[in-house]
Amino acid sequence: MARHWRAGAAGLAVLGLTLTACSGAKVGDSSSAGSKSSGGKCGTFNLAVNPWVGYEADAAVVAYVAQHDLGCTVNKKDLKEEIAWQGFGTGEVDAVLENWGHDDLKKKYITGQKTAVEAGQTGNKGIIGWFVPPWLAKAHPDITDWKNLDKYAANFKTSESGGKGQLLDGDPSYVTNDAALVKNLKLDYKVVYAGSETALIQAFRTAEKNKQWVIGYFYEPQWFLSEVPLVKVNLPAYKTGCDADAAKVACDYPVYNLDKIVSAKFATSGSPAYDLVKKFNWTNDDQNAVAKYIAQDKMSPDAAAKKWVEANRDKVDAWLK
Amino acid sequence: MAIAVQKPEKTDQVPRSAAPAAAGRRISRPMVVAAILVAWLVLFAVLRGRQTLTLAAADLTGLHRWLNDVNDSVGANRNSNPLFLYFFNEIRLVIDHLVTFVQSLISQPTGTRPVPQIGWLGVVGLTGYVCWAVGNWRVALLAVAGFTFLGLQGLWQQSMDTLALTVSAVLVALLIGIPLGVWAGLSDRFNRIMTPFLDFMQTMPTFVYLAPLTLIFLIGGASAVITTVIYAAPPAIRITAHAIRSVPETTVEAADSLGTTRRQQLLKVLLPMSKRTVVMGVNQTIMAALAMVTIAALIDAPGLGKTVVQALQSLDVGTAFNAGLAIVVMAIVLDRVTTAAAAREEATRRSGDRFLKWRMPLLAAGAAVSAVLVYLSHTYVWAAEFPGEGSTGSHIASAADTATTWMQDHLSGLTNGFRDAITNGLLNPFQTLLTDSPWWLVAAVLIGLGVVLGGWRAGVIATVCVGLLVATGLWSDSMTTLASSVVATVLVMLLGATFGVWMGRSRLVDRLVRPTLDAAQVMPPFVYLVPFLAMFGPSRFTAIVAAVVYAAPVAIKIIADGVRNVPETTVEAATSAGCNTWQIITKVQLPMARSALTLATNQGLIYVLSMVVVGGLVGAGALGYDVVAGFSRGELYGKGLAAGLAIVLLGVMFDRITQAAARRTRA
Repeated sequence: MARHWRAGAAGLAVLGLTLTACSGAKVGDSSSAGSKSSGGKCGTFNLAVNPWVGYEADAAVVAYVAQHDLGCTVNKKDLKEEIAWQGFGTGEVDAVLENWGHDDLKKKYITGQKTAVEAGQTGNKGIIGWFVPPWLAKAHPDITDWKNLDKYAANFKTSESGGKGQLLDGDPSYVTNDAALVKNLKLDYKVVYAGSETALIQAFRTAEKNKQWVIGYFYEPQWFLSEVPLVKVNLPAYKTGCDADAAKVACDYPVYNLDKIVSAKFATSGSPAYDLVKKFNWTNDDQNAVAKYIAQDKMSPDAAAKKWVEANRDKVDAWLK
Repeated sequence: MAIAVQKPEKTDQVPRSAAPAAAGRRISRPMVVAAILVAWLVLFAVLRGRQTLTLAAADLTGLHRWLNDVNDSVGANRNSNPLFLYFFNEIRLVIDHLVTFVQSLISQPTGTRPVPQIGWLGVVGLTGYVCWAVGNWRVALLAVAGFTFLGLQGLWQQSMDTLALTVSAVLVALLIGIPLGVWAGLSDRFNRIMTPFLDFMQTMPTFVYLAPLTLIFLIGGASAVITTVIYAAPPAIRITAHAIRSVPETTVEAADSLGTTRRQQLLKVLLPMSKRTVVMGVNQTIMAALAMVTIAALIDAPGLGKTVVQALQSLDVGTAFNAGLAIVVMAIVLDRVTTAAAAREEATRRSGDRFLKWRMPLLAAGAAVSAVLVYLSHTYVWAAEFPGEGSTGSHIASAADTATTWMQDHLSGLTNGFRDAITNGLLNPFQTLLTDSPWWLVAAVLIGLGVVLGGWRAGVIATVCVGLLVATGLWSDSMTTLASSVVATVLVMLLGATFGVWMGRSRLVDRLVRPTLDAAQVMPPFVYLVPFLAMFGPSRFTAIVAAVVYAAPVAIKIIADGVRNVPETTVEAATSAGCNTWQIITKVQLPMARSALTLATNQGLIYVLSMVVVGGLVGAGALGYDVVAGFSRGELYGKGLAAGLAIVLLGVMFDRITQAAARRTRA
């Protein structure tokens, strides 16, 4: 019996080989191989991708340009802010493209460990604040003034807010003074921590659809605002220094000039990718366009970047000069 | 300091109240428990709101700051410390090489080669062959179908990345786990030392050590594998130890009397006889490793987890579900194959060499065929890259989207009412009782219950755990989390009893429901959390529902087994005595499955606790939120670590009390 099977196997193998020997392209043929010709000059470029779509849009475009115009091998690494910054020191991360303030991290890694340096602004303006769904702003226009918030506190009550109005906060990594704000503005609200951006967006989405009362932390540029244009509530205007003491903050958030951070090593490496990162600059509308391709049109980041780059060649060329 | 002074006083009090229970049998245990609870309610009414040890979300204690400093100093010294240079870096290198090697085989392009060494055809063929060789032809067919499905979903590359990491992690986990397990099986002392470490590894939330791990082992394959190993090795160790221990005493004695050496005894008697159970340990390790897929994605581990995490940034439930389904498919294939392998161990030992004559040539033939397939997939593009655009995947995604939208549109009114009823009727009062009582009162109650239900030793452990909980500085958050966890466990047990009895009484129901249970256990929680969020909003209740989905399957399976193991004759006797179905269930089957019920409670609560962090992501607040915040913000790192410890302490305390209680009910 054994001989039988062995013969059968050999026969099968030969059959298989002859059948396929003349069919199909071989791996490594120039026609089929994905041409990833890494130009010698640039080498690898480790780009951190923080977990929000706006950042992903930045990263997609910069990676696309670095790969196609500079011939870099781009490694995108999906990391949260804290871990990404940590990677500057270990050499695992070269650049962070969209930093929201984060004075704590700057202090630790730029002035403290000296493993990171600033690389200028992205051109995006970051706005943080309290937002309500559009139907609510339309039905009660005066709600956009913080002084009227207490009047509506009872409507914002939920099972979580312990009898007060609920102010919904999102991902804990976001810059927020909300608990202090509620206390210092003496509002009848309680900050409830949704714990993630997903939870926050879903809450606003449901609220707009079912005409529910929700007020919460949000920010722009953010792709979700093109789906549901949330309306910002005006807190006491921001003045320089009014947020100096985190416990005593009683004013709105400043407008953040989002900036880029690179590792100290990368900054002195002479890599053309560094020059690209340093010159990379675009508007909120640009970012929103790419973010929309990714989040709503469900394009892959690479395809989204390609579409934008092809439509905005002049802007890209300015970064490459 | 106050803690240390007050603790002994407390331990003195509690035994006094519990002593009668142990001394005289006349006062039954339920009565003592009731007395403790009544005393608690009375004192709560008097002392409400005093000494509650609350701490605001952004506030830190000295311990938290100290932990921050430790973390920072590790980061600052990583390039000069010899521990790093000669120890951690070496480990990282070895594991990195292993991962890169496996990835180059099946998932990642290497050098000038645009595709991995073995393409889809080779992987499918080889998997089918191996499954057939270690299991049977049925699971081989399942494996081939399952893996082909992954390709049809359009997720071949991601699936292989996940498989590569899982294979590497399981290899490392078994390499460490089996020897340690054997040792723990042979030595009681070592077993006692290991147990707390294993508890720690299994209940400490991964988020807590994720950031430090990337600091020590850098971002990349090594960190992902080590994270997974920490979580996946304990089952291998535990089950191996258990396997060695359950080899019958008489067999070992027989071997002894034949004059075998210790080494011979291990290699010729203990290991062969415990092989089947050890394979079940491998099974559990694989399942645990797959549970880490989405978490490892947070430190850039490639694979299906990344697809899930990214899709959810834009709330793309469909895509996330498709990737989650791929994880489920992979888990079910690997589970069935290892189960079949374990059964085969048993079968080959029993059956003679009837099959052996056929088996060898068949194996050789299979090897030849899969070698051809591997060669083809190495050489030709059509066999290397999975053909097609993954249209099945986009169909699945859009179907999932439609289903979610429908649920959100049609069920949300109903679900909000349900949420409010449970929250206001059950959760809020219980939570208030826990958080608004003075801490020492709750502590005394916990210790008292520990002593009454579990005996002296459980009481001592409860005392230590409560003391440490206070020391973490997160007492109030711990009590909030405890309240939600207990409510979730109650719901888990209700579901567990209902479905468990149903499945235990009917093979057909068992066969129909089981795959759903498997899926609920391995589907990454965030996939179903988005629809839950839409229905219930971010709230503690959403977190409870998520925990129930994850923990109920375990409880159901345990109770079903317990009910099935009630001797047939007993049930028949009851039937002939004229009992109706309801009476048989409540008077015969459930009481006789009591130890299964206790075990189900124990596992249910442990599984619920392992979802605390996920709960923190959907509005549960408290410890779960503290852990997530600690992972995301450097200045809160210490607090997150302390919160992680608090979760471990809650887990250990309840595990020991329920286990001791289970031993007592059996005795």
